[in-house]
This record gives sequence, structure tokens and C-alpha cells, in this order.
Amino acid sequence: MALTNPARFGAASAAGLTRSRASRRQNLSGRVVEGLLLSALAVSLLILVVLIVHLFQRSWSVLDSGFGDFITGTLDASDARTAGVGQAIRGTLFLAVIVAIVAFPLGIACAIYLEEYAGDSRIARILRVNVRNLAGVPSIVYGILGLSIFVKFAGGLTGGRTVIAGGLTLSVLVLPIVIITASEALRAVPRSIREGAYGVGATQWETIRSHVLPSAGPGILTGTILSLSRAAGEAAPLLLVGGITGLLRTGDQSLWEQVTKGGFTSMPVAIFSYARQTGSDFRAVTAAASLVLLLVVVLLNAIAITLRNRFERRW
Amino acid sequence: MKTELDKNHEAHRMQGAEGAAMATAGGTAEGSGAVATEPPVFRTEGLTVYYGDFAAVRDVNLTLSPREITAFIGPSGCGKSTVLRCFDRMNDLIPTARVEGLVEYHGVNLYAREVDAVEVRRRIGMVFQKPNPFPKSIYDNLAFGPRLNGIRKKSELDAIVESSLQRAALWDEVKDRLKSSAMGLSGGQQQRLCIARCVAVEPDVILMDEPCSALDPIATARIEDLMQELKKQFTIIIVTHNMQQAARVSDKTAFFTTEFSIAGDRRTGVLVEFDSTRTIFSTPSDERTEAYITGRFG
Repeated sequence: MALTNPARFGAASAAGLTRSRASRRQNLSGRVVEGLLLSALAVSLLILVVLIVHLFQRSWSVLDSGFGDFITGTLDASDARTAGVGQAIRGTLFLAVIVAIVAFPLGIACAIYLEEYAGDSRIARILRVNVRNLAGVPSIVYGILGLSIFVKFAGGLTGGRTVIAGGLTLSVLVLPIVIITASEALRAVPRSIREGAYGVGATQWETIRSHVLPSAGPGILTGTILSLSRAAGEAAPLLLVGGITGLLRTGDQSLWEQVTKGGFTSMPVAIFSYARQTGSDFRAVTAAASLVLLLVVVLLNAIAITLRNRFERRW
Repeated sequence: MKTELDKNHEAHRMQGAEGAAMATAGGTAEGSGAVATEPPVFRTEGLTVYYGDFAAVRDVNLTLSPREITAFIGPSGCGKSTVLRCFDRMNDLIPTARVEGLVEYHGVNLYAREVDAVEVRRRIGMVFQKPNPFPKSIYDNLAFGPRLNGIRKKSELDAIVESSLQRAALWDEVKDRLKSSAMGLSGGQQQRLCIARCVAVEPDVILMDEPCSALDPIATARIEDLMQELKKQFTIIIVTHNMQQAARVSDKTAFFTTEFSIAGDRRTGVLVEFDSTRTIFSTPSDERTEAYITGRFG
């Protein structure tokens, strides 16, 4: 090949390293892209910071005086001075526990079947697509489902408009998300690990139990954390299956009675009922309740992330 | 169903114990030109493997003897790995794969309806191209197989772990850190660990699918030395891209290549020649073999 560009060879090539217009141009466009990406990040973070600062400012009167009363207080949308979120926090935790007990094992089991056993048949493909569709169904629709199944049809078992019915409704709501994220975690387990296990004579279940699930565990846990946060933040379906707005009196009911008979509320439902009230007092209460919900969700995530990290390091 | 395979397996083990006696007793000559003193471990007849409609390799006829190293060589896409994976039914894991023809292991058709693939893999171990230790401790990597076979006593497991690591020439390097993660080992150590893991379940045959392709020359040399040791007890089949490796380690060599299929649109693997390694590398009878080993193609 002939030397078409002498500047490309020998010492001339090295000299070209220091001042090349092409490379400066690339540098410029590279910096522009970097700047744009950085500003996208800055805008997102700014929105979050503004939100939190705003919530703090608004809720200052509540945080400053009587935050202890607020955090333990009962749901009362008639008087901002006595309004609190004690029952709502407890309700949200109950709901989270029910979701964890019902939706996680069920969803993970579904994912294991779909990924490991169902193969690639037509029916399996249809099932997978539909699980994805279910994840996109608006939450209010799950509320209707919960109302007709868990409150009306199975009211004898759930006690009607109880936290159990609410928890089951949320479980159905997050089930598709749990299935999808768990499926993705299972699919991410490298084939080499499965082959290694099969290679020493493991059965399919032995391979899944001893190698696939432990490898996918952290990923599955991450997905379930996300779905738990989603459940903790839902208001609409709970309003339909009996989440109490306005005023909730638990009186001297025992914990068992509260769960099986009494009405329940949750953080988003409480925020909803305070936000409907007028007056600056209630604005402060609403903001304070929002802060508490944020805190609860962050706390749930922190617990789960700690668990995941411990799980990851175990071997 | 299992019992037939079991019986054959046991019979073979007995033979191993009385190996010396058997070796002198002599036998009938069979196979392609070589003198076989024992019945073959594997025999394939008209073995054809399809992925979907596409025949990856067709009409393979092979007879492999015990305690020998057989190398499968050939250009990419010639089906050598595919054939290897028929011997422990690893192709079962690929949903579209379909096997036609006969694959006999000590006279038992591995693809017979009543044969349990899991039982097959307990007798026929496999070492893969990329070292694939489990993300667990070194000890647990080795103890996994024996535990599957119902060995629970710690003293027994300890003994198996030690002897397997020793046989894989890894014991001295890892004996002080058996409880640490296998992922912390170097590539060559990981591959020897995989060989040890394979040996720990006392297989009859070890299949190796390009075991050294991810390793440096020193690690490769160690594995090749190890194969000569293992050969005393196990039948070994190795797929390799490295012709020098095949010439160094193997007793027999099978050369595969690709051919246009009858439809003429896609290449299908075929077995060209199977003979003693010395013959293949000095006086091959097929000109395609000669072209390949002298580096004119592939």
C-alpha cells in the first residue's frame, strides 16, 4: 500500500499527537455530552432536594412542637392539633408484613416455574407476556378486584374491610413485579454454573436449590424490596377495600381484634385524608405525614439492602 | 432402568481393580486399526445431532477404549463439542437439540428412553471451557457432588476433598484456605479445581471441552501433566483447538471438519478420520486431515 498520508508515519505522526484539530473537536463534543448528562443528574437530584426541603418547611410547626404526639397519634381529620399517624404507621407495617408473607414466596415460586421448568412452549410464552401486562394494570383496578374477592367473596375469612383484605390486595398488586424481577434474576445466573452442577450429577431441583437460587438471591431480594416500597406507597386500592379516612377509633381493641375485625389505615391513606382538609394546620400535618412515609420507605429499603449484603457475603 | 447402567458401571469398576490381569489376558482386535484389549467405553453409530432443523454434525462412528485420552480436533463449527456433549447428555439442556443414531456406554444406549440423564452424569464427568467453580468455598465446591450421592459424614467428605485435590495437583496450593471462596483462585487453579470437583464423584469418564483455552501456557502445561496422571484411572476425551496439545497428550485423535450439507446452504460437521494420534499426525490417510494438521486451513 502506498503512503497516502505522510503525516501518519514516523516522527510526523508523533508530532500530530499534541495539536490535532480532530481530537480537539472530539473533546469538545465529548464535554458537551458529559455536561448534558451531568445536568440531567443535577435536575433530578434538585427536584428531590426541593421536595424534601419543602416538606420540612411546611411541616416545621408539627415537627417543632409535639412531633411525639403526632407520630403516635390517631387518625383524626377533624382536628389538626390531635391528628397523628401512629395507626397509619402500624397499618403500613402490617401491610408490608402481609405482602412479604404472601406475595414473596408465591411470586418467587411462579418465577422459578416460569424460568426453570416451563421451557419455551407457546403457553409459557403467553404466560410470560401476560405477567408483564399484569404489572402494568393500574392499581385502582386491583382495588376493585380486592373489593370483590377479599372483602365481599372471602369476607368470612378476611373479616371484611380489614388490614388482611388490604394486605392481600396489595400482594396481588405487587405479585407481577415480584415475578418479573425474580425471573430476571434467575435468568442472569450464568449457564456455566448450571452446567457445573449438572456435570457432577445434580438433578434439576438440586441444581436450582444449591446453585441457581443462591446466585439469584441478591437479585431476587432487590426486586422484592422495590415491590415492598411500591406496596407501602399505594393509596388507591386501599381506599376501595376499606382503608379508613377521616377518623379511626381503635379504642381498647386488642391487636388481634384490630387485625381481624377493626378498620385499618395506612400512611398514604392518612396523607390522602389529611390533604383533603383545608387550612395551614392541615397542610403542615400532611407534609409531616409525607415525611414519615418517606422515612418508612427508606427504612424498609435499608433493612432489605442490609439483608441482601449479608446474604451476598455468606459464602 | 438405573440398575442396568449400575451393573455395567460396577462391572467396569471391577475390571479396573483387576486391570493388570485383564490387560495380559488379551482380547479381540476391533476399532479402527488399533488393538483393543478391553471392550470399548463408548461406541457411536450414525450419531447425528440437530439444533432445530439444522444438523450440526452427522453420521459419526467412533469407538473409544478405556483409560485412553482421545482428542477431538478440527476447525470451529465442526461439531466436536456437540459430539462430546452427547456422551454425558449435556445436550439435553439445550431445548432445540435432538440426537439421532446410537451412543453406547459399555453397551448401554445412553439415549434409551429408560436411561436417567442424571445417573449418566454421575458416571461421566465434564470439565468446561471456561473454569466454572461454584461461587462457594473451595471445600463446598468439592463436597457438592459427594453430598449429592448421600455422603454426609464430615470425616468422609474431608477425605474425599483432600484426595480429589491431591489428584488434581491442587492440594498443596489450597490446603490452608479450603474455606475461602473458590472465586479467589487464579484461572489455572480454578480449572484444576473443576477437575478435582469432577474427580470427587469418582466418575468413570472425564470429558474436557477445551479445558485450557482460557489458560496461560504454564497453567496449560500443568493440566496436561495432570491428564497423564488421571489417564491411569479414567477414560478422558478432550476437545481442543490446539493441535500441539492434541499431539502431546492424546493416544487417539479424531479429526472433524465441516462440509456443506446436501441442501448446500449450511455447513455440517463430519468425522473425517479417527486413528492413533501418531498416525493422524504423521501419516494421515485423508488429505483434509493432512491439510489441517500442516496448517493449510483452519
